[in-house]
Amino acid sequence: MIWLNAVIQGVLLGGFYALLACGLSIMFGVMRIINLAHGDLAVLGAYVVWLLLSTYHVPLALAVVVALAVMLALGYLLQLAVLDRSLRSGVLTPLLATFGLSVVVQNALLIAFSPDVRSLGGDAGSLAISSWRLTSEISLPLLGVLTLAVAILVVEGLQAFLRRTTLGAQWRAASEDAEAARVVGIDASRIYAAATALAVAIAALGGIALALRSTFEPSAGPTQLIFAFEAVVIGGLGSLRGTLIGGILLGIAQALGSVVNPQYAVLAGHLVFLAVLAGRNSGLLSAARWQALRPRGGVTT
Amino acid sequence: MRVRRWTRTSGIFTASVGVVAVALALVPFNFGSDVIQKLTSLLILIILATMWNALAGYGGLVSVGQQAFIGVGAYATLYFAGQGIPPYVAMLLAALFSGLLALAISPFALRLRGAQFAIGMWVTAEILRILVTLNSSLGGGTGLSLIQLNQYDPIYQQAFTMWIALGFAVVLIATLFILLRSRMGTSLQAIRDDEEAAQSLGVRVGVTKRTLFVLAGAGCGAAGTVIIANSHFVNPGSIFSVQWTALIIFMVLVGGLGTFEGPFIGAILLFAIETVFSAGGAWYLVGLGATAAAFAVFLPAGIWGTVQHRLGIQLLPVGYYVEAVKPAKEGSAA
Repeated sequence: MIWLNAVIQGVLLGGFYALLACGLSIMFGVMRIINLAHGDLAVLGAYVVWLLLSTYHVPLALAVVVALAVMLALGYLLQLAVLDRSLRSGVLTPLLATFGLSVVVQNALLIAFSPDVRSLGGDAGSLAISSWRLTSEISLPLLGVLTLAVAILVVEGLQAFLRRTTLGAQWRAASEDAEAARVVGIDASRIYAAATALAVAIAALGGIALALRSTFEPSAGPTQLIFAFEAVVIGGLGSLRGTLIGGILLGIAQALGSVVNPQYAVLAGHLVFLAVLAGRNSGLLSAARWQALRPRGGVTT
Repeated sequence: MRVRRWTRTSGIFTASVGVVAVALALVPFNFGSDVIQKLTSLLILIILATMWNALAGYGGLVSVGQQAFIGVGAYATLYFAGQGIPPYVAMLLAALFSGLLALAISPFALRLRGAQFAIGMWVTAEILRILVTLNSSLGGGTGLSLIQLNQYDPIYQQAFTMWIALGFAVVLIATLFILLRSRMGTSLQAIRDDEEAAQSLGVRVGVTKRTLFVLAGAGCGAAGTVIIANSHFVNPGSIFSVQWTALIIFMVLVGGLGTFEGPFIGAILLFAIETVFSAGGAWYLVGLGATAAAFAVFLPAGIWGTVQHRLGIQLLPVGYYVEAVKPAKEGSAA
């Protein structure tokens, strides 16, 4: 029963990781870059909500909507001001640039909000504490189910957008070959900016989920980035549905690890991640549909 | 055509690097403990920057997890010293041990590329941090002191630590210099330009990358062992912190990624900034992060790469000068 419960809680935890990882997966799929500031942007999203709640006392739902709008705009600007330029100079430059950005966001949060540990759990009322009791030992927390549902909605929504809409086809074209897309009149730069905007907003959604389910602080970003990246890699780089599955597997691994010893939870997730990396290096679902894109050159000096 | 490696400038400069190293070795005889300790910190920065640059600038492998080796160097020093080995011998063993660890994980790590390598190394560092935290004989989460150093007079401690740091720096940097001037330097350039093409021309990509990875692992381990000897105390949270990578990336990007001289400039610059702004503090880190990102995007060659490009000089000759020679002259080697 303990193990069954661990798997169930792991699946729900995995929904949270999947949500956290979606944005990372989108940016990799469309631009082949990994945004090392992803976790810090997620935490920034949580702080925007926290600021709106504590300063303007708006309802939680409104705060979330405003925060997502702010993060969309921020993502758009980030792409145009920094990432678009870094894309032109090889695969390593975006890594280095976003790592620098991560240090900036993390420490700016520290200056603005002090190192205090905070949570949005108190503002969420019954959302954060309600649960369905299945048996005497197993219960489903409402927030966990909701997070998983949002993650599935986001993944399936994006999947449908990319597969079925004209704009989605343009996104895929821009990711396959930016130059060729430009020839047929697709502005790859704008698509990249829209993709980053979406990715950053979804990251913020993940950050808000973190803040609702537990606590957050300025230095929480890097850990969230690692979990998100683990989910992306376990599921297969570049595949959105893979990311969902990867997140869930990571959640299950951590939950099972914590049954053995609570201190082993994170360790178990790391080990599964390394095992997948060592094993096939392509994740569980292969990323065939994005794979046509070739890496752009080497180090720039 | 004639190919030259040495110019008058590079000859003078390389000789003066030797003179500087000798002068540094004499510092403990002439200056107080404050200067010795500061110089040791500078040497740590120089080792970290040159070793990370060896990996990223020449090997094309951006690691966000070299703190794994820094931590292993520090904790291996503690472990060996705890076994009754004299602490300064323990430091040498710890650096070697870090190199061996790098060799052991290289078959796995070097299969990864780009972001997978970067974050794979980071996760490796995190795993090591968790393992140390769970190990009470290594002090668990609270950390441990290198008490074995206390058997020496403080002034000797600082002098010995600085000499070891200097020794590490000289050996590591000389090794890198020799490697880059050997056949491997050309191989690296080929790999950096196009890995597949290089491989198909018979460049042994695997061996070349592994050599750099092991050198960088041993080098960061050496830095770690000097860090614990310099501060006497280590805890897993700070020694395995990704903050080290933040500092390293600042130094290398500002100095010049993939240039031999750049990391020195970056290290001296960071050292100067740390001295002026008395290190630490969130604003300080915001500044470092923003500068590193700006250099990555707008000036990817860094300070030295740009200077080199404009003036066409190389102070430490790891490259070649190809120059036209009048046809009348004797046989040419091209």
